[in-house]
Amino acid sequence: MSDFVSGFWSIYITVLSLAGILGCALLLWSQSAAKHAQGQTTGHVWDEDLREFNNPLPNWWRWLFYLTIAFALVYLALYPGLGSFAGWSRMSDHGPWTSTGQYTDEMNAAELQYAPLYRKFQSQDIRAVAADPEAREMGQRLFLPYCIQCHGSDARGGKGFPNLTDDDWLFGGAPEQIKESILKGRDAMMPAKGLKPDLNTDQIRHLAHYVRSLSGLTSDSIDAARGKDVYGAACGACHGPEGKGTVGLAPNIADTIWLYGSSATDIIETITKGRANHMPAFGDFLGEAKVHLLTAYVYGLSSPAPSLPAPAPAPAPTVPVAGK
Amino acid sequence: MSSAATTTKSGTSPEVDSDGLQNTLYEIRKKIHPRDVTGVFATARWSLVWLTQILYYGLCWLPWNDRQAVLFDLTARKFYIFGLVFWPQDVIFLALLLIICAYALFLFTAVGGRLWCGYACPQTVYTEIFMWLEQAIEGDRTARLKLDAAPLSPRKLGLRLAKHGGWALLAVWTGFTFVGYFTPIKELADSVWSFSLGPWEVFWMFFYAGFTYLFAGHLREQVCKHMCPYARFQSVMFDPDTLVISYDTQRGEPRGSRRKGVLPASVGKGDCVDCGICVQVCPTGIDIRAGLQYECIGCGACIDGCDQVMEKMDYPKGLIRYSTENALRKSWGWAEIMGHALRPRVIIYGSILAVICSGFAWGILTRPSLRVDVIRDRGTLARQVEGGLIENVYRLHVMNVAESPQRFSISASGLPGIDLHGERTIDVPAESARTLSVRVRVPPESGTKGANRIYFDVRSVTKQNEAAHEKASFLQP
Repeated sequence: MSDFVSGFWSIYITVLSLAGILGCALLLWSQSAAKHAQGQTTGHVWDEDLREFNNPLPNWWRWLFYLTIAFALVYLALYPGLGSFAGWSRMSDHGPWTSTGQYTDEMNAAELQYAPLYRKFQSQDIRAVAADPEAREMGQRLFLPYCIQCHGSDARGGKGFPNLTDDDWLFGGAPEQIKESILKGRDAMMPAKGLKPDLNTDQIRHLAHYVRSLSGLTSDSIDAARGKDVYGAACGACHGPEGKGTVGLAPNIADTIWLYGSSATDIIETITKGRANHMPAFGDFLGEAKVHLLTAYVYGLSSPAPSLPAPAPAPAPTVPVAGK
Repeated sequence: MSSAATTTKSGTSPEVDSDGLQNTLYEIRKKIHPRDVTGVFATARWSLVWLTQILYYGLCWLPWNDRQAVLFDLTARKFYIFGLVFWPQDVIFLALLLIICAYALFLFTAVGGRLWCGYACPQTVYTEIFMWLEQAIEGDRTARLKLDAAPLSPRKLGLRLAKHGGWALLAVWTGFTFVGYFTPIKELADSVWSFSLGPWEVFWMFFYAGFTYLFAGHLREQVCKHMCPYARFQSVMFDPDTLVISYDTQRGEPRGSRRKGVLPASVGKGDCVDCGICVQVCPTGIDIRAGLQYECIGCGACIDGCDQVMEKMDYPKGLIRYSTENALRKSWGWAEIMGHALRPRVIIYGSILAVICSGFAWGILTRPSLRVDVIRDRGTLARQVEGGLIENVYRLHVMNVAESPQRFSISASGLPGIDLHGERTIDVPAESARTLSVRVRVPPESGTKGANRIYFDVRSVTKQNEAAHEKASFLQP
């Protein structure tokens, strides 16, 4: 309790607390000697004739009062309560007791208890971990609280959030690359109108049709043809001449996977405004051992081994068009 | 009546000094040694002691299909009561059971006073058993009073050791039995022999044992007088037509001793011979002749005691008897007392009790063997998939409450063109739950923009007529 700006308040609280407790003790002690005539009432009258006799409490109850006083004094001696006096009890770091210290102690104890469970898999190759049903169950238990807010409980994502069950990876689908994505997070940014900030709305529409034609989607062939030149100048540097993209730099726009939607309207919006996205880093928060298990789980989603308990086994061909 | 109940001074008068003064703050407790009594009410009380304790000590040993018949498995959160397995989701039944207990208590109290206290309360029951043990070792009331007053001698020490040893053994067995409702009692017994009890098992065993020993052996009536809340609020359930243990003042007074066979009228006295038996048998140490008091637990010991004396005196029994305030004042007979039994208070308590009991029974009888919770993905709202279909993701938590494995089929309904992707049939082992992710797809023109009500139907393939119909929201962007 170092929140006091003046030492006075510490003394004020200490004196009031102790005076209160000692006052109770004094009252109890002085009243123990009090006597009254048998059958005397307390003088309280309710409902016209309902009077309360001055019946004493049992003696053991009086001792319970003394016990609470002793408890209060012991408590105040051990724990912070009297102003800025920190108490005589000690934490595992030999400092005085604090609630944050107790929290840290409990977290450390939990870490000691559970860390070996995670460490068991840390030295193994991710592919091997992904094939271990127990590890995958642990991975799923990590995935459910930390990942499903964006990627969904079936890991299939949604608009703006990548599908983790397909084989299209913005930053690479090798185990090491997935692990890095989780550990350090990822940032992605597509500038508005690519490299040509002066594109007008017509050019953008042409571009959108051209890009749709790359994926084999229906498009206006004249607009698409006009868009081809614009593409070379504004987009080709990152997405490549054929739109196949570069891992870690720009997504493949010649496939059927569209993170922000494949309709002409969606693509026009993407080009006009650009897109920025962010995957938070989990390395500091979860620690390497847990991320290792999580990586194995995510890796296993797109490379399923036969015996894996996938969150939603998909018998039907279900590659979401709008997934990326 | 209530004024009499709450203001009448305690029969166990506090110590008074030579000036007629008593301590204001506290009273030194005087140990009560109730005199042993036989009679109708003593028999009734002992019958209930046997009944409740055979149930308590015995039920945990009863097997049921390879498991304990009554077991509350806190770790697995499964509560077994004979053929039924309750899950935490069934907490409504516990709530109903507690409401039933409360209304039953209200009803019984309104009709017959503190029947619970006198016959069924664990405090009464264990005190009765502990007193029986005390009497068997130390002798009857007179012998015990003498022993209390006697200086410490090898004999007194031996008797005391035997008594406290007996109490402690009984208390530990009681604590062991208590824990046996939470840990399978046969395993618990094995752990006791091999000294491998868990820390919490040890704690609860000795906690329960310790309080049984303290409450039933030492505190006894103090628990009823100073700790029990029911003792303090029961008077609001009483009315002038409630049956309570009453001393017939008109018939009894003026009290006084006389020789056997003397007619009361001939000596100008009432029927009460002032023998003091009613005070000696009272477990809370009150004098019932002072009227209804909050300390009276309604055990009927004074009725048994007085009836025996009346019999010896050749007077009619029932100087102390179950009667009502109105009956005593207006000299009613049983027919009139019974005529006033059905009053609004009793009818209201009774009907509420009947309604809740029927609800409870209906709920238990129609309890399904499966339960489904639908958890919508919170982060992912809706997404477009191939063919322009709109997809929502749900997690279904399918619980098989039955004690045998079940296969369930899952389908969705509620919107035109609705289709379910993911597992359509799942196997759930006995008494366990599975969570599965399912995707529901509808055409974009189906339903309205925003939330649409859909339903998941989970049917048991294994058992006929077992199905769950759970609603969920489908979001259309």
